[in-house]
Amino acid sequence: MKPLLRRYTVVLVAMAVFVVFLVLLPVYQGQALEILSFQTKTLLLVIPPIFVLLGLLDVWVPRERMIRLMGEGSGVKGVMLAFLLGSFAAGPLYGAFPVAAVLMKKGASFTNILIFIGAWSTTKIPMLLFENSALGTRFTLARLAIDIVGIVVIAMAIKALLPKAEVEELYRQAEKLG
Amino acid sequence: MDTFILYLAAALCLAWSFAKSRGKTRIALKKAWKSFENILPQFFVVLILVALCLSVLDTETISLVLGKDTGVWGVLAASLVGAITLIPGFVAFPAAAALMQGGAGTVQIAAFVSSLMMVGVVTLPLEIKYFGKRAALLRNLLAYIFSLIAAVWVGWVVRL
Repeated sequence: MKPLLRRYTVVLVAMAVFVVFLVLLPVYQGQALEILSFQTKTLLLVIPPIFVLLGLLDVWVPRERMIRLMGEGSGVKGVMLAFLLGSFAAGPLYGAFPVAAVLMKKGASFTNILIFIGAWSTTKIPMLLFENSALGTRFTLARLAIDIVGIVVIAMAIKALLPKAEVEELYRQAEKLG
Repeated sequence: MDTFILYLAAALCLAWSFAKSRGKTRIALKKAWKSFENILPQFFVVLILVALCLSVLDTETISLVLGKDTGVWGVLAASLVGAITLIPGFVAFPAAAALMQGGAGTVQIAAFVSSLMMVGVVTLPLEIKYFGKRAALLRNLLAYIFSLIAAVWVGWVVRL
């Protein structure tokens, strides 16, 4: 564990930029603070249950089972599971990253991890229902259809383009982060 | 609503875990806290970046980009705005619906919605922390290109 101050250097820099921004452009002050408090509330609301579920997953699901379900060679079943996990999720995309880290730690394949991230970003069921009522069934279904194809294609493309050593490094890192 | 289900799921799993083993539950919660604390600096940075971006790119500015049927440039602008911003669906969808009723192009709206969901420029610090620079940038780039393709496709299907 790095010293606290070093870990939070970026935060301090960002905060300084934020303060300078508020001072130089007072027009945006109200809005910036309002958005900051809204986003902080969203984060504090959504993140705790996700991390609790992650901790439980980490402790209770044996690595062998996760490898069988979503690991290399889990085939179509693994892909379906990745889609389902992502689609039943709740919360903004940044909630998916810590989940992905734990799944990696447990031995899910890299392609399935990427599919999971893609599903969390666009095929979440509550969001689809919302999109359907706001923008229409034709719009929503057309987007869903191409999204499912796109998620798989993007996952396979990243897997193909990323050097193997780097993927292995990411898995090692997930051990520490998850 | 989905947040409520999330809490319900977490509470039920926690109760089940606690009934099965107190010790394991304690370890699980400790792990949960550790991995949360680990990523907290990145969360703070993302929050500040979001506040900066969204205060400049407010709903009115976004409407200006999406509101007119501006052709290819409009689609590109819409997708860029979607890529940078981080707006929850329950705000974005009604806004998009209102714009569409106001005469905005389907392709523009689809480009905005797709890149809003798949591409996250302001959340990059978080994504990089978990996936490394190369994978995170690659995913966002591919997702951006894809959101343009998806927009054209959705526009075509809706017009059929």
